[in-house]
Amino acid sequence: MINMKLLEIKDLNKSFDNKEILKDINLSIQSGKIIGLLGKNGVGKTTLIKLINDLLTPTSGEILIKGQKIGIETKKVISYLPERTYLNKQMKVSEVISYFEDFYDNFDSEKAVKLLKELDLDINQKLTQMSKGMQEKVQLVLVMSRNADLYVLDEPLGGVDPATRDYILDTILSNFNENASVIISTHLISDIEKILDEVIFIDKGQIVLQSDADKLRNKENASIDEIFRRMFKC
Amino acid sequence: MEFTFDNNIPIYIQVLEYMKIYLISGVFKCGEKLPSVREFATTFKVNPNTMQKALAELESMNLIYTERTNGKYVTNDTKLIEKLKDEYAITLAKSYFQGMKKIGLGKADSIKYLEGIDD
Repeated sequence: MINMKLLEIKDLNKSFDNKEILKDINLSIQSGKIIGLLGKNGVGKTTLIKLINDLLTPTSGEILIKGQKIGIETKKVISYLPERTYLNKQMKVSEVISYFEDFYDNFDSEKAVKLLKELDLDINQKLTQMSKGMQEKVQLVLVMSRNADLYVLDEPLGGVDPATRDYILDTILSNFNENASVIISTHLISDIEKILDEVIFIDKGQIVLQSDADKLRNKENASIDEIFRRMFKC
Repeated sequence: MEFTFDNNIPIYIQVLEYMKIYLISGVFKCGEKLPSVREFATTFKVNPNTMQKALAELESMNLIYTERTNGKYVTNDTKLIEKLKDEYAITLAKSYFQGMKKIGLGKADSIKYLEGIDD
């Protein structure tokens, strides 16, 4: 369905020990979009992502995926790339692939193998034998090889060189389908902004802006990166 | 070909400019079927929605048209493409003369410089 709300967040609050991390978050995201969740370090991006993935419980408010409350069913349709790896690094890539196959109904192992080949990664290698950048590529391939409705990528570009960043962006672009959406959290805005449909600026636990990326560029006559820097100048 | 984009300008406008040059230079000829949105997006390395927006803009300028279920085609109106080429050439020429004017050269002198340049 066109224009169906894929993700809807209503009056969401999250506190840890009386410290408010997220305040009154209201957000809705449609299918078929690539969305940048942009904010400085420590403003609540990862907390928001963990809430969407049911790894944290809201203090108040609710999160709906296709109208359904967050839970086992919604986890099936969300493919999540965490900031830190949770894979057992003693495993070979091929073993991780079968692990994903067992774990997720919607995992396409053929696609994963094909993508890994394109990126020149050896599936018989153990993760420990790989560089950080290579491990990140493997993780991303695994996440993008699930046929999900929503892909949530937390800092997918963090530890990789600029050439690999381009590779990663290409992988995201060529593997997302029009019925799905991708949320990418990052502070590396200039590297990623050309592929974004929409941007969400988050600061001090609040959403300060949600806009179409090109409309925002047009309005401000500047790049998203520049607008972000102006807005959050220290 | 490597496409470079300036993040300060809406990406769809820059894609639109590349597409206009393709049409003017005959990379895609009048009446020719265009690749799909997805194929174009992969080539330009842009979001398919951005590509869609650029194509919609070309369509509203009547430079391309959609045949239901069959995809998008370049207009059959050769005059329209000629006009686009003409406008583009004028823009390029104007910007050349403006640049020359800044360094104190008039039109006649500027043309002399042009004649002195080999391809």
